[in-house]
Amino acid sequence: MAHVHIPALLRAATAGREWVEAPGTTVGEVVAGLEELCPELQGRLVCEGRLVRGMAIAVDGEISSMGLLEPVDGETEVQFIAAISGG
Amino acid sequence: MSTSSYNVIGTRPPRHDGADKVTGRAIYAADFQMNGLLHGAMVRSTHAHAILKRVDTTKAAAFPGVVAVVTADDFPQTPDRIVDLGEGETPVSHLRGNVLAKGKVLYQGHAIAAVAATSLQAAEQAAKLIEVEYEPLPCVLTAVEAMAAGAPLLHGGDTNVTAHVHHAMGDSEAAFAGAAIVIEREFTTATVHQGYIEPHAATVLWNNDGRVNVWCSTQGSFVVRDVVSCLLDLPVSAVRVTPTEIGGGFGGKIPVYLEPVAALLSKKSGRPVRLVMSRRDVFEGSGPTPGSMMRVKMGADADGKLIAAQAFLAYEAGAYAGGMVGAGAMCVFAAYDIANQTIDGYDVLVNKPSTAAYRAPGAPNAAFATESVVDEIARKLKMDPLELRLRNASREGTRRADGPKFRRVGCVEVIEAMQAHPHYSAPLGEPSHAEAKRGRGVAIGYWFNIGLPSSCVISVNADGTANLIEGSTDIGGTRTSIAMQAAEVMGIPVDRIHPAVVDTDTIGYTGVTGGSRTTYATGWAAHDAAQDVIRQMKLRAAKLWQAEAVEFADGVFQAGERQMTFAELAGKMSETGGPVVGQASVNPRGAGGSFAGVIADVEVDTGTGKTTILRFTAVQDAGRAIHPSYVEGQMQGGSVQGIGWALNEEYWMNPEGRMMNASLLDYRMPTILDVPMIDTQIVEVPNPAHPFGVRGVGEANIVSPPAGIANAIRDAIGVRLYHLPMNPPAVAAAMGGQK
Amino acid sequence: MKKTYVSMQLNGEPVEFLAEPSQTLLECLRDTLHLTGTKEGCGDGNCGSCCVMLDGTLVTSCLVLGVEAEGRTVTTIEGIAAGQKLHPLQKAFIDHAALQCGICTPGFIVAAKALLDQEPDPSEERIRLWLANNLCRCTGYDKIVRAVQAAAKEIREEKQA
Ligand code: FES
Ligand code: FES
Repeated sequence: MAHVHIPALLRAATAGREWVEAPGTTVGEVVAGLEELCPELQGRLVCEGRLVRGMAIAVDGEISSMGLLEPVDGETEVQFIAAISGG
Repeated sequence: MSTSSYNVIGTRPPRHDGADKVTGRAIYAADFQMNGLLHGAMVRSTHAHAILKRVDTTKAAAFPGVVAVVTADDFPQTPDRIVDLGEGETPVSHLRGNVLAKGKVLYQGHAIAAVAATSLQAAEQAAKLIEVEYEPLPCVLTAVEAMAAGAPLLHGGDTNVTAHVHHAMGDSEAAFAGAAIVIEREFTTATVHQGYIEPHAATVLWNNDGRVNVWCSTQGSFVVRDVVSCLLDLPVSAVRVTPTEIGGGFGGKIPVYLEPVAALLSKKSGRPVRLVMSRRDVFEGSGPTPGSMMRVKMGADADGKLIAAQAFLAYEAGAYAGGMVGAGAMCVFAAYDIANQTIDGYDVLVNKPSTAAYRAPGAPNAAFATESVVDEIARKLKMDPLELRLRNASREGTRRADGPKFRRVGCVEVIEAMQAHPHYSAPLGEPSHAEAKRGRGVAIGYWFNIGLPSSCVISVNADGTANLIEGSTDIGGTRTSIAMQAAEVMGIPVDRIHPAVVDTDTIGYTGVTGGSRTTYATGWAAHDAAQDVIRQMKLRAAKLWQAEAVEFADGVFQAGERQMTFAELAGKMSETGGPVVGQASVNPRGAGGSFAGVIADVEVDTGTGKTTILRFTAVQDAGRAIHPSYVEGQMQGGSVQGIGWALNEEYWMNPEGRMMNASLLDYRMPTILDVPMIDTQIVEVPNPAHPFGVRGVGEANIVSPPAGIANAIRDAIGVRLYHLPMNPPAVAAAMGGQK
Repeated sequence: MKKTYVSMQLNGEPVEFLAEPSQTLLECLRDTLHLTGTKEGCGDGNCGSCCVMLDGTLVTSCLVLGVEAEGRTVTTIEGIAAGQKLHPLQKAFIDHAALQCGICTPGFIVAAKALLDQEPDPSEERIRLWLANNLCRCTGYDKIVRAVQAAAKEIREEKQA
């Protein structure tokens, strides 16, 4: 079970919960598991197999370069954060 | 491990491109020459917001010397879709619409048409003959106005707000109720420009074989390749981008402006075409970075522990969505461990050029607000401002409101270094005249390192040197800092490595020079490529010596009694199997991130309101300083840009949305006379996620200077300023209000 | 418009070229004579990246017409090194990391040389005053001042030796 941080704007879909546990060995699977638990999240994090616009994934505090394919394990924290570029 | 355990890292060798750059030989984008070159000129909007009723190019096309004229209609009208071409996800229609307006202009300076002619003079004269008929629309110039009900809408719909970011943890409202002190203030900052000295320039040849060749000044050659191919509806492999030397970028040379237009002109004319922006074009048609309005509320207990914080951030996006507020919202309280936070950020369309990244984009605005409020809390609690910051500093395990926990970071170490710095305890000295007052301010700030892919190839030469190629355009000596990391691994002096930045056909995909990633990520690729070289060379030595295992240390290969230097073994390449070429590509996670802080002493002339920087110290965590001179250079450069942002720089717009100060005379960037020496102190808290511990250092240094100077002015005159820039009239007015 | 014939001394050699009456010396140097070491940052005299010496006087070449150079002597960044030997300023800029992107560097070196040719031992204040028309956005100027000071010292020592 990865620990998934729910962005504040989407917490209506998780009854206000900031953290939700979801199964999976990759971020993609975790999101699928999450959508099963909280159907209202469908299309809000991942749409047509891609992260929604402007969003990036952080795994254990670091921005992931593999996106939905990033491996996770039971201790992993997954966050959906704003995509940033920098100057 | 201390720096001294390295042979190359931490030293200050001369840069490889030094001779070219001090003799005028280095070729920047506008220097690039080609036979048969045509010169281009653009027509830009004279209105900030208008419907384009008619664009008539007939007269221009007939002008002597003119070979081609293009408008937005010349782009292939592919269906709109969302693409991510290195600048974040954007609809193609926005990229296309920004390089040549279609249907509507959204800011004064918005490109409308372009001409290519046999001379620049002919192109410029012909461009004046293009007739543009506008139907002016009301314009909106600040985020606050653009969010108001009834504001003119840039892209239709029912709002100019293109994104709302919201982060929350804990319960800030409840926590405020229990705070001993709560401060809430509102801040605004003006739109500012990155201000690189080299204007944008590009030359494009659409060759007869169908390939499009681009030579340009860019922070990301692969971004240019991808945008050009996307807008021209070509496969990416049809476009080859050769990055020339680049005269500064700071984020403003990530967006693509000229290249797709020059490509259209080249396609029509069958000849190479060069487009160069004037300084006015740079101000009106590129960059800038957002002006903003921010409301920050923070609460602390009586011991100075910050317990709650709220931020409302409204940042200008400019003419298209995708501004800098996302990062601003992530950074606004990043320096502090605060359990209860609520952050709201709004990305708001206004009739100004589409905003671009500028060194830690979004963070200096936010830090101006936060660090001013923190300063006020320290004053109210009569606490030393650094002590208060230290008490609340982010450290390993601190969670940001947007979710992630910090790994090992150097916030505490930066604050401690500021406390220990002689500057912090030095007397301020007597004011230079009766009307003058002196003050000292401090501030801290944070910025990320982004990851993104980088590639590197190293070929060994028989004389014991190596050629290193990579794809990160070198804006501040990164060829050398990258080569140094390879040299360290290979155990040879860095002058035996010849680094080169090559075109997009020649090297694997490499992300932009930006996001504080080049020395970090491309340096990592160089480290890995060098290890690949050493691995192969060990096999060669094993073959030569018929040895099972070969060791390598400090540039010497060894098996039992037998030894050979790198150079000796390189001389035996051909007899042991031919050339040795090492390569690597990496795609690291964005990692680490850098904290930085400033101590600023100012003298304010209470008669004129003019602020003089007396002494300035910048402290930054570099993780590991590969080339300390260039780390210091980044810190000094970021500091002085921050000083400009604090004291003078602003887009000065009239109500019609016309920039009234689009020259380097009137847009006042700091000169050498405006600033003192900038003291630097590098802190090294190695980044556990990098082979050498590198943290990117390009950006965090601009985050805290405006706030530090604001706090110093407050210290001097007893009045706080809530708007940037704090120019003489603003300071004088603030003091007047006090009296 | 008819072009005008211009002849001048450029970096110690005679050159001849045709200039449009409205063309600046900067454009003539860069586009006609293909000496692109002199840079254009603003075109209106406010950045200093186009600095050259005209008859021994420091000018911003974007504010001089090409035709005005007739019969005169021009020195650009390309004429600062003595063959293979870099000028002490050029060497000091490299050694002191006084350039990052390097676009301002030719202008700074030409301008600083003009100062050191007249004043071998300028104070920091004097250096800053002299270079106040040269903008650099990358370095924060600290290392530029130090490079000029170091070069001045080296030139003085060379002269004594
Ligand atoms: S180009 Fe001449 S001063 Fe800027
Ligand atoms: S080094 Fe880039 S402008 Fe000076």
